[in-house]
Amino acid sequence: MYKILEKEKLNELVYRMVINAPYVARKCEPGQFVILRVDEKGERIPLTIADYDREKETVTIIFQVLGYSTKLLSEKNIGDSLQDFVGPLGKASDLKKHKRVLGIGGGVGAAPLYPQIKKLSEMGVELDVILGGRSKDFIILDDKFEAICNNVYYATDDGTKGAKGFVTDVLKRLLEEGNKYDEVIAIGPLVMMKAVVGITKLQNIKTSVSLNPIMIDGTGMCGGCRVTVGDEIKFACVDGPDFDGFLVDFDECIRRQGMYKEEEHACRIGLGGD
Amino acid sequence: MPNMSLNKVKMPEQDPKVRNKNFNEVALGYTKEQAMEEATRCLNCKHKPCVSGCPVNVPIPEFIKELTKGNLEKAYELITKENNLPAICGRVCPQENQCEKVCVRGIKGEPVAIGRLERFVADYHMQKGEKRNIDIKKNGIKVAVVGGGPAGLTCAGDLAKLGYDVTIFEALHTLGGVLMYGIPEFRLPKKLVEEEIETIINLGVEIQKNVVVGRSITIDELIKEGYKAIFVGSGAGLPKFMGIEGENLNGVYAANEFLTRINLMKAYDFPNSPTPVKVGEKVAVIGGGNVAMDAARTAKRLGAKEVYIIYRRGEEELPARKEEVIHAKEEGIVFKFLNNPKKINGEDGWVKSIECVEMELTEADESGRRRPVEIKDSNYIMDIDTVIVAIGQGPNPLIRQTTPGLKTKEWGGIVVEEETMETSKENVYAGGDVVTGAATVILAMGAGKKAAKAIHQKLQGDKNL
Ligand SMILES: Cc1cc2nc3c(=O)[nH]c(=O)nc-3n(C[C@H](O)[C@H](O)[C@H](O)COP(=O)(O)OP(=O)(O)OC[C@H]3O[C@@H](n4cnc5c(N)ncnc54)[C@H](O)[C@@H]3O)c2cc1C
Ligand SMILES: Cc1cc2nc3c(=O)[nH]c(=O)nc-3n(C[C@H](O)[C@H](O)[C@H](O)COP(=O)(O)OP(=O)(O)OC[C@H]3O[C@@H](n4cnc5c(N)ncnc54)[C@H](O)[C@@H]3O)c2cc1C
Ligand code: SF4
Ligand code: SF4
Ligand code: FES
Repeated sequence: MYKILEKEKLNELVYRMVINAPYVARKCEPGQFVILRVDEKGERIPLTIADYDREKETVTIIFQVLGYSTKLLSEKNIGDSLQDFVGPLGKASDLKKHKRVLGIGGGVGAAPLYPQIKKLSEMGVELDVILGGRSKDFIILDDKFEAICNNVYYATDDGTKGAKGFVTDVLKRLLEEGNKYDEVIAIGPLVMMKAVVGITKLQNIKTSVSLNPIMIDGTGMCGGCRVTVGDEIKFACVDGPDFDGFLVDFDECIRRQGMYKEEEHACRIGLGGD
Repeated sequence: MPNMSLNKVKMPEQDPKVRNKNFNEVALGYTKEQAMEEATRCLNCKHKPCVSGCPVNVPIPEFIKELTKGNLEKAYELITKENNLPAICGRVCPQENQCEKVCVRGIKGEPVAIGRLERFVADYHMQKGEKRNIDIKKNGIKVAVVGGGPAGLTCAGDLAKLGYDVTIFEALHTLGGVLMYGIPEFRLPKKLVEEEIETIINLGVEIQKNVVVGRSITIDELIKEGYKAIFVGSGAGLPKFMGIEGENLNGVYAANEFLTRINLMKAYDFPNSPTPVKVGEKVAVIGGGNVAMDAARTAKRLGAKEVYIIYRRGEEELPARKEEVIHAKEEGIVFKFLNNPKKINGEDGWVKSIECVEMELTEADESGRRRPVEIKDSNYIMDIDTVIVAIGQGPNPLIRQTTPGLKTKEWGGIVVEEETMETSKENVYAGGDVVTGAATVILAMGAGKKAAKAIHQKLQGDKNL
């Protein structure tokens, strides 16, 4: 069993938890994720490793309450244990010692972005980051990013923090102002990543995205997480989750992610989830 | 005087029209009387051809003899000397190609129902038999087993009996491998698998679930942690796809995903179980092996109105167990032999229809296999809303990618020394589907056994331990 050692509510929907998980903590690298089951009857859900402590053998997860399982997880408290917690899964991000990199985190996507940015900062890369969210309250980890980045820009739907609008608006402005980046790392909702790539492609700025298809095992066994990248079928759980954004078929990802929309909805009602 | 009836004593089964709507076991098993009657059909042959047909050499005439005398515990003891999972093998072994194939009684009439008798003895023991406590003298030597499928479980059980400190590292949240996530409840009740696994764990085997070897820890790190030998039984879990247009549409599943959702995650009980599955009304299953049969029969049970098995060769070539093919037909699965899918068509991103082409078998080539070839202009389109691809699985690349010095074949199978199951890496052994490609439960168990024996010999010979 995997004990919850810390729990913090970051905003109305987003929680941070620190979990005791020796096997994961000993080996994990930025970009990797875990799959957990809250209880014995639980669904297997993937979450990115947001931070880790090798000595204390702990792993931090940051998650948004979206449906049944994330709600159930949010109801667990310090001292409770999770049934299963397997990882680290996926490939570690291929982080290069570039001169200057731009990170873009949409909503809870800031959480998986953070370990990559942190590692790059340790490698001496110059860093800008754009964080976006519905409103000021939905921006997370801003202090953590500000501590290690040259510039942190914000975009909110209602303009309560930073620019009013989308992260892509800020991206466009930065590029128009003549900022040069060797690479962009974008993590957030699929539509956001698709929009980012739409812009970076024009200037041919290499863009890494992190895909989050529906997964079960996370080991390459079920084939459910398959995505089309270039002309190839890849399993996001073992070949990713990071991919070259220029090659990803986002429309297919978006369609496949919605495969259980009806059921997840029924499930939420049936179980009083939300 | 033996019972000279030409036919096996029939095993009671659930009515096909009832069972194709439930997940209860199809074959209900013999009663004691039926089992004892069938047992008298055995001639107790001196040269025991049946035993050589069994990959783990279960002492068949001997256990059947005890059965005729009503010594059920003794029969169980004899079987389990060679086979740690008799209730499972009695149900899923392709007996018609193994022990029963060479049974003398099969020359004229049906062979002795060895599998059914094995199942009966195991089930009886589980219900009525006493728990046996085996005295094991520990030798303090650590051995690691990667993967908790039949190969790994057998190897672990045998080594534990010999006194080794065995730890099984399993990627999923439960042991059993394909027995838990692949083969459905109506063919192999999960409670029974759990019980047979429990008897192995009770030999003192330690279990580490949720550990993906190659990610959570590597083979080399296991060696560093003091495991003197490692057995890799990680199976062949990587699903293959056909590479045709439309395979990524919503509504197309790999059989592994479909079956895992249902067996492991209990999607048939949605929303009581939080994992959903989509079955649809018209389902096409591609392939002709056990996996295809299981997927088709599962889809039917979950309410699909029409379920088709599309197979590119003929009925004779079907690789599935014979009993499963018969059961599938009885349950209303429609077989489309000599047909091959060409393309899956979609509408709004969801499967709408499948385009197939008819095939014919050519003359046998040198290998003796008749190759299917397309019949020109025979393409046709069938309306379908779910496609399940069951055309085979290969070994997962994770372990070979993270273990320097481990030789593998081009298709990914681990290369082993046939006598010992030792790999190109010293003290690392492998067996089961990861070596052979997708095969059978009993072959995987046979490999686990062989490796356990070889590991024991090697470690006992090595005085520097
Ligand atoms: C590699 C990977 C890393 C991830 N990392 C994080 C993370 O760090 N923090 C975080 O909050 N979330 C993360 N996710 C998403 C997270 O796994 C899903 O939000 C979660 O599985 C939803 O479960 P649920 O039962 O609460 O919601 P459900 O009831 O299953 O779903 C609610 C809604 O979300 C959609 N949905 C289902 N699965 C996913 C998915 N995988 N991604 C997005 N939407 C989905 C459904 O279509 C449905 O509309 C990650 C996903 C992947 C694949
Ligand atoms: C649907 C289906 C029906 C079948 N029906 C029959 C039948 O009727 N009769 C028959 O004889 N055979 C049948 N088979 C085949 C049979 O199940 C397999 O041949 C057998 O299970 C192989 O055993 P194994 O131990 O080699 O591998 P598996 O059973 O595949 O077990 C491998 C285990 O290793 C784990 N693992 C994999 N990678 C790692 C890793 N990196 N780290 C840790 N753990 C890992 C897996 O999670 C799994 O638990 C069927 C197969 C399927 C899929
Ligand atoms: S293990 Fe399989 S092959 Fe061997 S006797 Fe039993 S049913 Fe026959
Ligand atoms: S071959 Fe058949 S009849 Fe002869 S001993 Fe074996 S099971 Fe009995
Ligand atoms: S999650 Fe099953 S193959 Fe990736």
